[in-house]
This record gives sequence, structure tokens and C-alpha cells, in this order.
Amino acid sequence: MNQQQSNLEEHYPMADDHIDGVVTADDRVVFTTKDLEVYYGEFRAVREVNLDIKQGEITSFIGPSGCGKSTVLRCFNRMNDLIPSARVNGEVLFRSVNLYDPQVNAVEVRRRVGMVFQKANPFPKSIYDNVAYGPRLTGVKKKGDLDAIVEKSLRDAALWDEVKSRLKASGMGLSGGQQQRLCIARAVAVEPEVLLMDEPCSALDPIATARIEDLMQEIKNKYTIIIVTHNMQQAGRVSDRTAFFTTEVNPESDRRTGVLVEFDKTATIFSTPSDERTEAYVSGRFG
Amino acid sequence: MSSSSVTSQFTIGDLRGNPRRIRKERGMRLLLLVAAATSIVISALIVYTLFKEAWHFLVLLSDESGLGALIDDGANPGWYPRNGRFDLPTIVIGTVLVSLVSIVVAAPLGLGAAVFLSEYASPRTRKWLKPILEVLAGVPSVVFGFFALRVLGPDLIQPLFNTSQTTSLLVTGVAIGFLVTPLMASISEDALRAVPTSLREVSTGLGARKSNTVIKVVLPAAVSGIVAALIISVSRAVGETMVAALASGRLGQSPRTLDVRDPGLTMTAAMAQVATGSDQVVGSGPVFQSLFFVGALLFLMTLALNMIANRIVGRFRNKY
Amino acid sequence: MAVTASIRDSSSNAVRAALTGGKRDVRGMLFALTLLLCLLGALLVLTVLMWDVIAQAIPVFQKRSTGFLTNDLNSSPDKAGVSQGIWGSLMIAMFVVLLAFPVGIAAGVYLEEYAKPSRFNAFIRLNIRNLAGVPSVVYGILGLVVFVQGLDWLTGGRSVISAGITLAILVLPIIIITTAESVSAVPSGLREAGYGVGGTRWETTRDHVLPYAAPGILTGTMLAVARALGEAAPLLLIGAITGRLASVQGQSLVEKMQGKFTTMPIVVYGWANEVNKPGEITGLTFEQLNSAAIVVLLVMVLALNAAAILLRNRFERNRQG
Repeated sequence: MNQQQSNLEEHYPMADDHIDGVVTADDRVVFTTKDLEVYYGEFRAVREVNLDIKQGEITSFIGPSGCGKSTVLRCFNRMNDLIPSARVNGEVLFRSVNLYDPQVNAVEVRRRVGMVFQKANPFPKSIYDNVAYGPRLTGVKKKGDLDAIVEKSLRDAALWDEVKSRLKASGMGLSGGQQQRLCIARAVAVEPEVLLMDEPCSALDPIATARIEDLMQEIKNKYTIIIVTHNMQQAGRVSDRTAFFTTEVNPESDRRTGVLVEFDKTATIFSTPSDERTEAYVSGRFG
Repeated sequence: MSSSSVTSQFTIGDLRGNPRRIRKERGMRLLLLVAAATSIVISALIVYTLFKEAWHFLVLLSDESGLGALIDDGANPGWYPRNGRFDLPTIVIGTVLVSLVSIVVAAPLGLGAAVFLSEYASPRTRKWLKPILEVLAGVPSVVFGFFALRVLGPDLIQPLFNTSQTTSLLVTGVAIGFLVTPLMASISEDALRAVPTSLREVSTGLGARKSNTVIKVVLPAAVSGIVAALIISVSRAVGETMVAALASGRLGQSPRTLDVRDPGLTMTAAMAQVATGSDQVVGSGPVFQSLFFVGALLFLMTLALNMIANRIVGRFRNKY
Repeated sequence: MAVTASIRDSSSNAVRAALTGGKRDVRGMLFALTLLLCLLGALLVLTVLMWDVIAQAIPVFQKRSTGFLTNDLNSSPDKAGVSQGIWGSLMIAMFVVLLAFPVGIAAGVYLEEYAKPSRFNAFIRLNIRNLAGVPSVVYGILGLVVFVQGLDWLTGGRSVISAGITLAILVLPIIIITTAESVSAVPSGLREAGYGVGGTRWETTRDHVLPYAAPGILTGTMLAVARALGEAAPLLLIGAITGRLASVQGQSLVEKMQGKFTTMPIVVYGWANEVNKPGEITGLTFEQLNSAAIVVLLVMVLALNAAAILLRNRFERNRQG
């Protein structure tokens, strides 16, 4: 435990200062969930999640399979709307506007809250068209404007130098790690405020993973990032705050409901968690 | 695009989305829904036209000769619409006989082909044979009708079964059997391929021969799918018109017969003949109206068969 | 010494025999052979049919050459040709493309991309499956009552317009079902990507789902056209012409489409019932003429079918690879 702590500090010695300096200002809260619950049909997948996501930080969600961390993540851009049986209770406030208000348009939410998926899913189109797709939908038509957006987004995703000579080539021809960075470029091209990442490195090798993790550090000032990860070390390396979810036996059925156990600064979660379930999980005794 | 600076006032208005895109989305959804709902309009039209006119036929018939005419209990019962004789058993028996013959032909051929393709053929062989079988499924039924009339009847069925004419219910049944064989094979093969490989491996692992594995393990596991294939094939045979109109040997009228070697009349051929007879598709007398009555009956028969098959297939899907 | 060697020999032979199946599995081989014969039997019918038809058709194409394709229906086997049948069949194909394609594809997309699992949508699905099983002759009744009699001011009664709309309706379930199957095979990651960058459902469907499903949809539509081209039964009820059909000179296209018509399968049906007397000039019979007509019909239908099946197989292979 101690060693992990020292590793963390070696990596991000400023982490504590960075967080402590600004937490108190309310306008820095991007998301607030209030008693968030998600049902799939009659089954309650997650219950009573209450947490605040701060701007300019990387927040990671960790926990065993089925704990609902991806489900919660997908509430932040209403991706759960696409599952016909899914139902959301409680509130998800995005800069104090409830995303599940009937007046809110889910498409607009997804424009402002981008997403990167577990398996890299570039469109079967050229690299250029992959990145330009989102801006085109929102009405950017001039070639010069699109060119600029494509270059900026690919630079943001640390992919520009590798692909600038073959923007017309298919995005499917890139390596796995490049594809995932292309997906990041595609997501940032519509200038979202938040980037949701659902286990973005789980299909990548360690080198490609390291590149994505470096990239996350580079862009976190521009985009607030929430990342779901299976990999505790990754959470420790990249995130400022960590939410630990676990599963609870459901009294009414044999399926397990996810629950948020603890949410704190990453260093705290990994060194001195206040809940013994968190302690058991991060020390590898469970999960 | 609005500024994404955190300090600016952020309200629900910023998340309402682009009205033009929202309108377009709603419009497209409506358009697609209308397209899907078209199928319901079509079904409603089919049911309405069939049963309204079928009812009209029954009213006409009871006025003219009484509903008893639907089952002729005289000495020489038969379907003679122009004489006001509508003996339903004549055409129903014709249809049943033809369907039975066709399934006797199609079931072994189709199932055998399916078992061969799914259990014995190497992937390369299958790659060639399956498309050929599928192309066979595309041969128009009128071509089979001509083939039955010209080749199958005179050169095969008549010498083999010593029938009185080159056309008969038997010829029609055999030709329809060949016609539905690809359908039977295709649905059965889907059912066989849906049987998990692990079942076959367990049986082979216990030392069973391949033929034993197929007969005692794979076929029983796929039995409901195969039954569904049989029912769908029967349904297709019941509704097949052109072969029956060309090769059954009776034009528009027929005595009742129970012998498949005799010429006879199916429900579909009776309908086709009303339309192509000397006075064609006009008028509103019982001859013309019988078209709808027989059509409604045919519709109900095939609907029942298809719904049973759908139910069996649904259950089969849930199993694996 | 010799004895033990022979014992060892015979025992190893026994083991080898047991492992290789010993006595050949005669029953198993017979079983496999029977299955193969079933398959070949089905294919044999096709071969005999093709052989017979082509052999009969060759003299027609030799003696009549293109005249057979360009002449009108006639009661003399020396003059009769299939031009009107070809025209009618092409018109049918056009109606299927113009009516059944858009409606069928839209309905298939609705069922897979838009429909929530409600009772109404389940009812639509069940209804489409049942429609696909309705005998084609029943669609003829629908066409007769609705388009020939009900809408005769528009269709001209027993016309190729009535026939085209009826057959478009007939193949609609095929197109809906194959579209829905192709759309449901689109990987969900592609949809998520579209929605993830702020695409609406329609934008995602149009830009990503439909292009990916296009080969499957195309296959289904080609099969549907082939089916419509081969249908005869509904057209008998609608009143396609089986005997002699005189061409009227100077008709506009609309007048022609509202007038009497025939199609290739109907030509085949009509000629199958003709008296089999040789023509005085060419010596050809209607039986031979009909074989030639069947060749024309099969070329249209089977070419479409084969192209559709090849297309599907090619894309299935590419997607797996």
C-alpha cells in the first residue's frame, strides 16, 4: 500500500495541491448526480449514486464487473437512452441543468459530452471524414474551416504527425492504438466540454495504453475527463479523483445491484480509504 | 456555437438542441413509421376484400340454391360453378391430395439435402452446392407447370403409375414437391446448423459413429425446426397456383375424386380458372364471387399453417 | 520367438483395426450416399428441366432469331413473339423498384432502428411475417378489387399499373424482412460512434447504418425483383392477356400503361395451353416457342437471383475476414 502511494506521488507530485486549491468553487462542478438510479426493466442496475465531477480533472470509476460504473458513465451523455428497457431515476445536473429534463435534447447533450468507447469504433470512412463527421452535422461546411478543425483535433489526439500524409486513407487501416486516438480526435472535434472514456485501453497493448494515458494528461485542461477502467493501476496513474463502485446482493432478486462505495481523491482511495470494501478491492483481496 | 466558458450563464436553453435537426428527426421517424404501418393497411385491405366478398358469395348462394350446395351429397358430386354447383370437398380434397404428394417428394429430398449440406459437405462443397440450390428456389412456378405438363406427366408419371391422362393431381403434386424442395432444404439446414457443435462433439467423443450422431443426436435436437420447415413447405404447396392450373387436368370444373392419379382441381386452380375463363374477371354472379370465398378459405388455411410454424420456430430459437 | 512376434503382430493389427474403424462403416457410408442422392435428385430435376427447355428453344432462336424477341403475341407460331411480355415484365420491375424499395427499406429500418419493443411494434412484425406467407394468388384478389375495380380511373383497370402495384405489394414483406435482418447485423459500435459525436437517430442511420447494411439490403431487393418477375398467379386474376394482344400504334406511354398488358410468365402460361400445331412457314410449334420464352424468363429471373446470392456470399466472406 505504501509503495503504491509513493509511486503515485512520484508520478504526480502536484496532485494534492492541484485539487485542494480549487475544489470549493461551485462553478467548477461540471456534473452533480442526485440519487441517480438506473433500471433495466424491473431490474435495478445501480442505486443512489451521489457525486460531483470537477472541471479540468480526470475522474476514474473503478470496481468489479457489474458494479454499474459504465452504466453511470452512460448517464452523463444520455447514452442509456439507446437501450429501450433502460430507465433513469434521480437527477444528473450538467452545470446545474438536469440532463433528464424533458426539454433537454439528448443529441445536444452528446455534442457537449463526448464519448470514447471500449472497442475503438472508427467509421469505415477516411481519417479526415471520421474527424469531420461531427462538425459537419453541426453545420460546419467550409472546407477551410473543416481542414482546421481536423488538424486541431488530430493534434489534440497526438495523431496528426502519424496520419497527416494520408488523411484520405481509411480509418480502419490504422493500428488499434491509433484507431482509439482517432476516436478521441473525432470526439474532441465537436468541442465537447467533457470526455467520457469507457475502458478506452482495455483492448490495447501497454505501449498504446501509455500513449493514451499521456494524452489524457495533455488534454485534461481543455476537457474534463471521466474514465471507467478495470485497471486499478491505470486509475492510480491518471486520475485526480476515483469513485469506487461495488455490487450488493439484491433482496428482491438474485441479480446484483451496483452501488457507489466511496468517492475521494485518488491518493486517498489508494492509501487510506475510509470503507473497508474499498480497502479490500484496492489491495487486491477482492474483485 | 455558444461559448463553452464555465463562467458564462448556462441554462436549459443551451441543451434544447438545433430546432431544424429536431424537426427533421421527427419528420423522418414519422415517415418510417408510416412505411412500417403500410403493412397493416395491406393486411387490413386483404382481409376486408376477401371476407366482404366471400360473405357476399354466401348470401348469393343461399338466395339461389341454399348453403347446402357447398357440400354436394348427390350421386356425382363436383365443383361446377357455372351450374351453380359449388361442392367444397372437391377442391379442398384436391388441394390436400396435391399437398400430401408434394410433401412426400419434398420432405425426403429437402431434408436429405439439408443433412448432407450441414453435416457431411466440406465447406468448399457447400460453397458451391448451396447457391445452386438457392438458384433452384428462384425458378418461377409457371416454368415448373410447363415442365410438369410437357415432361413430368407424359414421360414419368403416366408410365410409372399408369394414369389415364398425362395430367393429374399426382403430376401436380410431384412438380410442386420439386418446387418446394429448395425451401424445405433451406429451412431445415438453418435448423440443423443451429444445433450447437458441442452436442455433436459429446456424441463423437463417446465413440458414436457419424451416422449415429446425426440420426440420434443432431436430428432430434433440430426436430422442431424441421417440423416448422415441413409446415411452411405444406403452406407453400397449398397456395401454389400455376402448376396446379397447368398440370392438374381440369379446367374450372371437376368431379370429386379421392384418387391422386385422376385429373382434379385444387382451390388455387379453381380461382385461376374463374379469372381466365371465357367471361374473365367481370360480373358479380356467384361464379365470380366464388373466387373470394375460395380465396378467403385459402388465406385462412395458409395463415393457420404459417402461424403454427412461426410459433415452433420461435420456441426453437429460444432453446439455443 | 516366432510365436510371440506373431501374437504381437496380430494384437497390434487389432488395435489398428479398432482405431481406424475396423470393418468399414458400411451403413454410415450408405447413409451419407443416400443424403447425397437426395441433394443430387433435387439438382437433377433442375438439370433435366434446363436441358429440355434449352434443347427445345434452340431451333426457335435459329429460325426466328431476333424476330422472336421483337414480335407481338400472335396466334401463329410463325409470327408470335415475346416483345410485349418483356415490356410488361420490365414495367413490373420498375414498379417494384419505385414503390416496394423505398417503402420496404423504410419499414425495415423503422422496425430495427426506431421501434421500441411495444405491443404495436410486435404486432407489425407478426403481421409482416404472416403477409410473407400469404399465397400470391390472394394478392391477385387484392389487386383485382382495389386497383382494377376500385382505382380504375387511375390504373385503367386491367393494366400493367394495377399489376405493378400488386406485385410491389406482394414482394414488400421480402424487402422489409431482408432489410431488417441486414440492419440488425450492423455492429452496435458503429451506432454508438454516430450517436456519441452528437448524431441524431436519422443521421446515424443514414450515414452509418444504411451504408453498412447496403449489400444485404441490395441482395434482398434483387431477390424481390426476381420474385416479382416470375409471378403469374396474381396477374391472371388482374387480367393479363394470355391470347392475342394487338399493339396500338401512336399510344402515349400513359395510355400504354393503362391498357391491356401481358408479362413473360403469363406468355408462358398462355402458350402452354396453345394447340401444338407446327407453323406452316417455320415448322415451329408453340411448345418450342414456349421453351424459348422460358429461356428468356429464366435469363431475367435467374441472373438476378444468382447475382444477389453471389453478392451476399462475397460480403459475408469479407465481413468475416
